[in-house]
Amino acid sequence: MRYAETGFNLEIDLTRGNIEKVATDPKDTAMHLGGLGTNAKILWDRVPPEVDPFSPENLLIFSTGLLCGTPATGCNRTIVATISPQTQLLAYSMMGGFLAPELKYAGYDKVIFRGKSPGLVYLWIHDDKVEIRDAAHLQGMGTLETAERIREELGEPKAQVAAIGLAGEKRVYYASIEHGRSSASRGGIGAVMGDKGLKAIAVRGTKDVNIASPERYFELCNEVLKYIQHRAENPIKGVPPILAGIGSPQEMAIHDEKWHTTSFAWGNARHRRKDFWTKEIARQWRETQEKAVERLISCYNCPMKCGAIISYPALGVSKYMMKCYSKLTYVMGAMADDLEFGFKIAGLAQEYGVDGYTAPQVMAFAVELYEAGILTDKELPGFPADNQERFFWLLEKIVRREGIGEVLAKGTYWAAREIGNGAEAYDRNTIKKHEQIPIKLGMLNPVYFLMYSTGAKINITQIEGQMPQVPFATREEREEFVKDWIQAPNEKIKEFFVNWELRGENSFPYYPTPEMTCEIVEWQETMHYIDDAVGLCAGLSSFPIKPPYHIHNIPQFIAAATGMEMDEDKLWEITRRNRTLIRAINARRGLRRKDEKPPQDHWKKRFPELEAKLLDSYYRFKGWNEEGIPTRETLAKLGLDYVGADLMERGILADGEDAASAEAPAEAPAQKETN
Amino acid sequence: MTDEKKKKIIKTIRIDVDKCNGCRACEVICSAFHAEPKYSSNNPARSRIRVIHEPLRDIYIPVYAGEYTVAECAGRDKYTIDGKEYDECAFCRASCPSRVEFKEPDSGLPLKCDMCEGEEEPLCVRWCLADALIYEEREEEVAEEDVLTEQEDLELGLESLAKKYGLKQIIDTVARMSKED
Ligand code: SF4
Ligand code: SF4
Ligand code: SF4
Repeated sequence: MRYAETGFNLEIDLTRGNIEKVATDPKDTAMHLGGLGTNAKILWDRVPPEVDPFSPENLLIFSTGLLCGTPATGCNRTIVATISPQTQLLAYSMMGGFLAPELKYAGYDKVIFRGKSPGLVYLWIHDDKVEIRDAAHLQGMGTLETAERIREELGEPKAQVAAIGLAGEKRVYYASIEHGRSSASRGGIGAVMGDKGLKAIAVRGTKDVNIASPERYFELCNEVLKYIQHRAENPIKGVPPILAGIGSPQEMAIHDEKWHTTSFAWGNARHRRKDFWTKEIARQWRETQEKAVERLISCYNCPMKCGAIISYPALGVSKYMMKCYSKLTYVMGAMADDLEFGFKIAGLAQEYGVDGYTAPQVMAFAVELYEAGILTDKELPGFPADNQERFFWLLEKIVRREGIGEVLAKGTYWAAREIGNGAEAYDRNTIKKHEQIPIKLGMLNPVYFLMYSTGAKINITQIEGQMPQVPFATREEREEFVKDWIQAPNEKIKEFFVNWELRGENSFPYYPTPEMTCEIVEWQETMHYIDDAVGLCAGLSSFPIKPPYHIHNIPQFIAAATGMEMDEDKLWEITRRNRTLIRAINARRGLRRKDEKPPQDHWKKRFPELEAKLLDSYYRFKGWNEEGIPTRETLAKLGLDYVGADLMERGILADGEDAASAEAPAEAPAQKETN
Repeated sequence: MTDEKKKKIIKTIRIDVDKCNGCRACEVICSAFHAEPKYSSNNPARSRIRVIHEPLRDIYIPVYAGEYTVAECAGRDKYTIDGKEYDECAFCRASCPSRVEFKEPDSGLPLKCDMCEGEEEPLCVRWCLADALIYEEREEEVAEEDVLTEQEDLELGLESLAKKYGLKQIIDTVARMSKED
């Protein structure tokens, strides 16, 4: 018997309409755990770098995490992976909600799609019964509406559905996959789903998920629940309210948006509005939010209530579910002072299925180009004068790829280059061609410099870690903080933190030193790679300060659930393997050192020499060469000899190991459009 | 004898639907607790509590599995909530021949909440950190004949099953299940 996992994947060939249930190799679980880890293994093996994202050979994988469907609180992530049309690199996005556990109960760890369906279809999985069904009648339909319709026509109110909207069907490069209150949004995963002619996946499962050491597992689960209660009563002192608790940032419950609105940039990642949060705004926004939020809701098996039902009939949008930060992204992108606008456009955007981070930034970018005269009334006929109306106007164009929407649908990087005429200078907030949250700060933070520059998620909002981002003012406070810091991996990290000062010798940018920085980054990254392999919500583990899951208890969870031997060192090694394999996938697709940088103005004060040293130290620490490509020796040590051999054969690694080899193509070629 | 009164502990779970967030932790832990051996598996489809969950209509209703009924109700009413029509059965506690709710997914045997026999506090209550489920105990005097013995309870259940599936099929199923163990 397999424990925690089911031991089966579904292979769906959309071109031929073929469905196969395939037993998986337990060795892959031992090497990569599951979720992102095994997704990466499949993508390495089956999607060579020649494969265009919009080609039938690209795979779209919906994966459960190794522990999804077990009673571990908050272990509910669906890890969706494919090759991104926007970055041309591996894209993966973790979706909360209810889908992954349902898939486990249906008897599968992953659903792997290949090919392209001749017409629009959806997949219906009901335990052993799996069907590809016609979706012609769902064409152009909103994501939530699609889910409702599918449940109705199947007569299965308990089916869990994830769907794309019009944006996905039209292959907008930042189309999302929406699942009730959650979504897999980043990297254009929804565009690949649309390219494959797949409108939705619906799942209902009624089988058991087994646990190897039941009593022990139950005990561990209860400890986590207890710690969650403890943290509810003990918020972290000395940080803004939004960072004091656990879970995803509690945007739906908290009204006080002073921190976001005054420290993040507005418009096209351009303006700071330090005086924005007045008493009057605070009052208005509280009133709006209270009117809009009908109920706070959770993901599967989690008490944290990070999401909400938004019901605001006066706005003319139907009810929808929201979580986290999309309530502000459109507001701030449009320089709107009015939160109602945010609730209204976010609902519409969700029905179309676009990423709530990228979409508003692309729109703000277009507005700036218009104001600078680079785009004119010729390209934007009938463009409204009012900024909020402009956003609605742009949204409609983008999701239909009509007029200027055709270009903007590719995101700021590609659009800027197609528009030309100086537009490139306005692509000012992307990393590796992908839009980032608009944060503009003063002094370089070495830890975040490395995490932003090198992170494979290519997403600076989702890689935050358990170490506070800035030191506490006094040594006493820092000493107090580390007293019950059970999550820290070792004493060294605690020491780094205690000695870290706001000013003086032990402060940014030279403290933490590059060596310390590497260790801090390694730890924070490791936590994310663990979550994304086992299916834990980052909000209870890698993301917040002092979470209930950490490097010391997760190995015990894995051991008790699966029966595998597991300890911290082993887990650390597996995540290093997964991290390195993903690195190799991207290196094979052209990723090099020159791509590893934050947006130019992310920090006002930059230190080129220090930054070069940080990258050098980090690559060395990881066992990568100076181009950031894993060396053959490193790969061999991690049991990835076959990866090393492939990189050699392709001339990406040369003999003599450390030497950087053949230049990568300067830019990945623009996508082929085949429709 | 019929006049004699006996003390009985009435266990109740107070449900505050306004606090429910739809997480289904109660379903997870109920099914894990009743697995054989305990906690060795979980499967919400085997849970003795289920959360009727219609987020877009603000319906979050935990319902506990009640008694088995032999036959489906003769007349059924309809509810309309927030514009959607529901069959009366949607909110019913009974394990009833007319639907799949509160039955083991493989054998079809009925499920009933047993208040987590042997535990200090029902597990669904303990795992509901949202406090939508609150456990209460109170003592009540009841006529003795009202207190069903476990044996009577079992017989009643089996009788109802026999009516639905036929005694032969029940015997076969029990035989198969004990072999699987
Ligand atoms: S912490 Fe929030 S986002 Fe994470 S699983 Fe729980 S409810 Fe979902
Ligand atoms: S555990 Fe509580 S909050 Fe969660 S679904 Fe059950 S009753 Fe509702
Ligand atoms: S009281 Fe126990 S048996 Fe009844 S529903 Fe709750 S967990 Fe299940």
